[in-house]
Parts: sequence; structure tokens; C-alpha cells
Amino acid sequence: MDSVAQRLSVVGAGAALELRGVTRLFGALAALTDVTITVRPGERRAVLGSNGAGKTTLFNCITGDFPLSSGTIRFFGEDITYFPPHERIRRGLRRTYQISALFPGLTVHDNVYLACCGVSRGRFSPLRPGVNDALMHAADTLVQAVHLAAVKEQRVSELAHGQQRQLEIALALAGAPRFILFDEPAAGLSPTERRELIEILTSLPAHIGYIVIEHDMDVALRVVESVTMMHNGRVFKEGLPREIESDPEVQELYLGGGHE
Amino acid sequence: MSLLQSTQLRVEPAATGARHAFIRAWPELQNPAAWLVALILVIMPLIANGFFLIEIFATTLILGIIALSLMFLAGYGGMVSLMQLSIAGFAGYMVAVFGVSGNANISLGWPWWLATPMALALATLFGTLGGALAVRTEGIYTIMITLAIGAAFYYFTNQNWAIFNGHTGINTVATPHFWGVDWRADIAFYYVTLGVAAICYFAVQYVSRAPFGLALQGVRDNSRRMAALGFNPNAHRIAAYAFAAFIAALGGVLQVWNYRQISPGSVSVGACIDILIMAVVGGITRPIGPFIGALIFVLLRTFALDVLIKFGLDGNRFRLLIGLGFLAVVFWSSDGMVGLWERWRPRNAPSPARSNGGRHG
Repeated sequence: MDSVAQRLSVVGAGAALELRGVTRLFGALAALTDVTITVRPGERRAVLGSNGAGKTTLFNCITGDFPLSSGTIRFFGEDITYFPPHERIRRGLRRTYQISALFPGLTVHDNVYLACCGVSRGRFSPLRPGVNDALMHAADTLVQAVHLAAVKEQRVSELAHGQQRQLEIALALAGAPRFILFDEPAAGLSPTERRELIEILTSLPAHIGYIVIEHDMDVALRVVESVTMMHNGRVFKEGLPREIESDPEVQELYLGGGHE
Repeated sequence: MSLLQSTQLRVEPAATGARHAFIRAWPELQNPAAWLVALILVIMPLIANGFFLIEIFATTLILGIIALSLMFLAGYGGMVSLMQLSIAGFAGYMVAVFGVSGNANISLGWPWWLATPMALALATLFGTLGGALAVRTEGIYTIMITLAIGAAFYYFTNQNWAIFNGHTGINTVATPHFWGVDWRADIAFYYVTLGVAAICYFAVQYVSRAPFGLALQGVRDNSRRMAALGFNPNAHRIAAYAFAAFIAALGGVLQVWNYRQISPGSVSVGACIDILIMAVVGGITRPIGPFIGALIFVLLRTFALDVLIKFGLDGNRFRLLIGLGFLAVVFWSSDGMVGLWERWRPRNAPSPARSNGGRHG
């Protein structure tokens, strides 16, 4: 006789993101070869690897920017392999970019507002927001959440680099994200800003899982519970942060390999 | 072109509560110059005679509406469409075909209030389908494909006799008469065009800051990023073509009422390019630009002849003047007359920095 807890353990046990045999070729070059990764809902994982290991290509395949050469991608059980990017985003997938991709002529608030529109039915609205617009309020809340309320009405082109990185994160949090791909969120941040970033990542609601690409091991290993190590477009090792950190092969390849 | 350059998107001064929301919804009502221009346009029939009212101002407003539809696509969407005049011409033809005209064998004789919505709907459909083709391409290829659609339509009207009556076109098109008013009489028609132009101008201005318009500008600047925010860039582009097609169609209906006839000459490739010239000379970052461009174009077209003859030159060379003017404006300012005006103004002018943002004639 099963206990209630045992029987209910199947609820929500499906994978958030399930990649099977994902391969991406650029001509003769295999950027990704037979990548199989499964991430639970709410799981936080780091993808490590040297330059050219295929980390950003992996993100581009998951978001649909690059079609796969072969393999399948499931998002919360749904096969999204052939979905266009916007359909994946509307299902709760989000991403940030290694190099900030923002709208420099718009204010901070309008950038976030646009992101909120994108994942709502109001995206085609020809009406300007009224006094009590829900999306405007959502944008306000997000701006506060990433500590940008003070520069809310400034244009993005006037922001410091660190603030732009924070805004990138705010855009990824618009709507109801279920899974987020962070591409080197700490790139170019000062130590203080890194602490703020870690605080934001660790205090995200528990149901939101993410994959973070990060070169800075201090940041990466503090905000994740599992690590995937990539090398030459393949999954090289998977495991807990401390296992990976102490793995001799990984140290050989990455941590001790020339650059720290 | 970045969002930075198109100054539809400005930081508004802080205000509170409903007032803030009102300003956010209608920042353009804050501009005294706009009110002045609007006032002049409204009392124009007291100042100008019938010739000026129709040949200069109504014609400018009509061409301005068509150029406005191009400005919307090019300025906010980054899509230079050369088929906007074809859409307008198609709407004009449909008014003539469904309504009443001198060619009874072709015209179906519907009353204007049935024929006009039909023409608007069909022309919008035409523009949307053309747009759906054009969004598969970018940059110069968009220009080419829309030019091809425009050229194809021109040759089709020339050769099709069953609907378009070949190169003679359709003549003596009936214009609306109701409430005891002949709406094609000079003053009444001027107000009709002024009203429609104002509605189109404000619609474009308004939409540019609504989610749809903001997203369109986002798609123009970084469509991949917009897809990563959940927008479908191509759907947005096609919707923009539909919106612009409706505006162009309104201009086309007014144009056929203005001339009371339509023929392939009205939709020639040269005429398509004239619309581009108006939009570029006026400036494609503001809705007011196309109207300024149209006014310059109409003034040159009307008076260059006399001026040229006065200097002992062939009057038919007025296009030379337009061409030189076009070169000069593009050379001095990539943003047309609006750009020149912006540069000439003191730099520390208070925001929102806009030119004479009213309905201009």
C-alpha cells in the first residue's frame, strides 16, 4: 500500500527541459553532437566549458534561434523541436544574452513593458496603456525587483554596463517564466554587482528553474545545484558542483587548463 | 536606424495620477505649434480660394495620407514599401467599379456608402497580401518586391478591360451627395480630406506609442530579440502592412473623388516613386514628415512650371527641380525637412522635442 506522498510523488515529476541527441552542424563543423540533458522543474544548473564548447549554441538551439540538425527538445513534456522562438517563449521559456540585447532608445521602464507585452495577449494592442494598466504595473514591479527603480525613466543607452545586465534579467523575468537560460549574466560585472546578481538568482521563486552559462566558478557554483560540463560540443561530465570541481579530468580540461 | 532617432519615444515629465496617464496617452496635445497649425488649417477656406483649397491643400492632404502610410512602414517598421500608391489606386478603382461612373458597362452602381467600405476592405486585403509576400524579404529586396507589385498592378490595369477598362480608365466617377450637401464641392471636400488626414495622422501618432507600435519599432531594431520576448516578428510586420494599407486606401478613395476619374496613369511606377520622394523629403521619422513632403511636392509641381518659364526655360522641366530639391534635402539631412528643422532649432529645446506636430497641409 503506497503512502499518499509516494503516490503523489509523480505529480509534476516530468522534466522541465529534456534534450535528446541534440546535434547542430554548421556546414561540416559539429557545434553540438548528441547532447542529452534533462533538467527537473525548478532545478538550477550551470553549463561550464571553454570557449567553443558549444554553450551558447546550446542556448540558441533551445530557444529556437538555430534549428536542430537532429534530436528533439521537450519543454514540460511538450515537443518544441519545431516551434518558432516566440512560441517557446510564450510557453514560459526565457533567455538573456551574453552581450546585452536591449532597446537603447527606450527607457528602462519601456523595455520591461515591451517584454511584458510580448508574453501577454496585449502584444498587438493598438491602444496606449491607461491609468490602471496591468502590464504597466507588472513592468513597474519588475523594475523594482532588479533594483532599477531609480533609473526607471532613463534611456537604456545612458545606463552603466552593470545596470544593463540587470535589465537583461528583468526582461527574462517578464510574464510567467518557468525556465530561464542565463548566458554569462556576470560578464563584466564588478564584485558588488556580482553579489547582487547572486542574490537575484538565488532568490528567484523555487518553481523557476534555470541554466546558467558562467565562466566565473565563484558565481556559477554558488547559484546552482548541478553542473553540466561541455567540451567540443559534447556533454563531458554531469554532476553536483563539488563533484565537478574536484573531478581530476575537469580540472585538467578547464579549471587548471591554462586560464585559472 | 535605432529607436533613439525616432523620437516618438520620449521620457515624459513626471506628473501625477490621471494627469500623468493623460499626458502619457496624448503627449502631442501639449504642443502649442500643433494647435496653431490646426487652427490655420480649419479656417483655411476663409483665406484661400477654391483653387488653393483643392489643387494645393486637398491634393497635399491626400498625397500626404498615402505617403504617411509609407512613413509608418519605413519609419517604424524599417520596411520601404513602394506599393502604397498601388494600394491607394486599387481602392480608387474599386470605388469606381462598385460605385457609379460614366462607364456603366463596368460600374456596378452601388451607393457610395456601400462601395466605399468595400473598396477600403479590398484594398486593405490587397496591401496585406502584398505585405505577407514582402515580409519574407528584407532591405533592398523589400523595395524590389513591392516595386514589382506596383509595376505589375500598373501593367495589369493597362491591359485589363473587363474591370479596369484598360488605358482609358474609368471616368466621371460619382461622388457622395447626402444631407443636402455635395461633398465634392470645394469647401466641403476640403474639410473631408482635412478630417481624414487628421484622423490618419493621429492614428499613426497614437499607435506608435501603443504596444503594437512600440513592438513594431522593436522588430525594426532587433527582430531576433523581439522573438525572444514572445513577439512573432513577421506577424507584427504583416499587421503593420495591413494598417498602412488601410491608410493608403483612405487616401485612394479621396483621390478618386478628387479627380472623379482613375486611369493607369494614376498608378504608374513614376507615381509610386513620387510617394517615396514625398516621404523622404518630408522625413520618415515623424508622421508630420510626409505631409510636409507632399506640400513641397505639390507646390513645386504647381508653380515650378511658371517659375521655369519666367526664367526662359522649358516648363516641363519641373521634375528637374523636384529632383534637385530631393538631392539637396537628402544630401543635407538624412531625415528630410523634419531633420533639418530639428537641427536648426536650438539644441536645448524642451522635451518633447517635436516639430510642428499638428495636421499640416
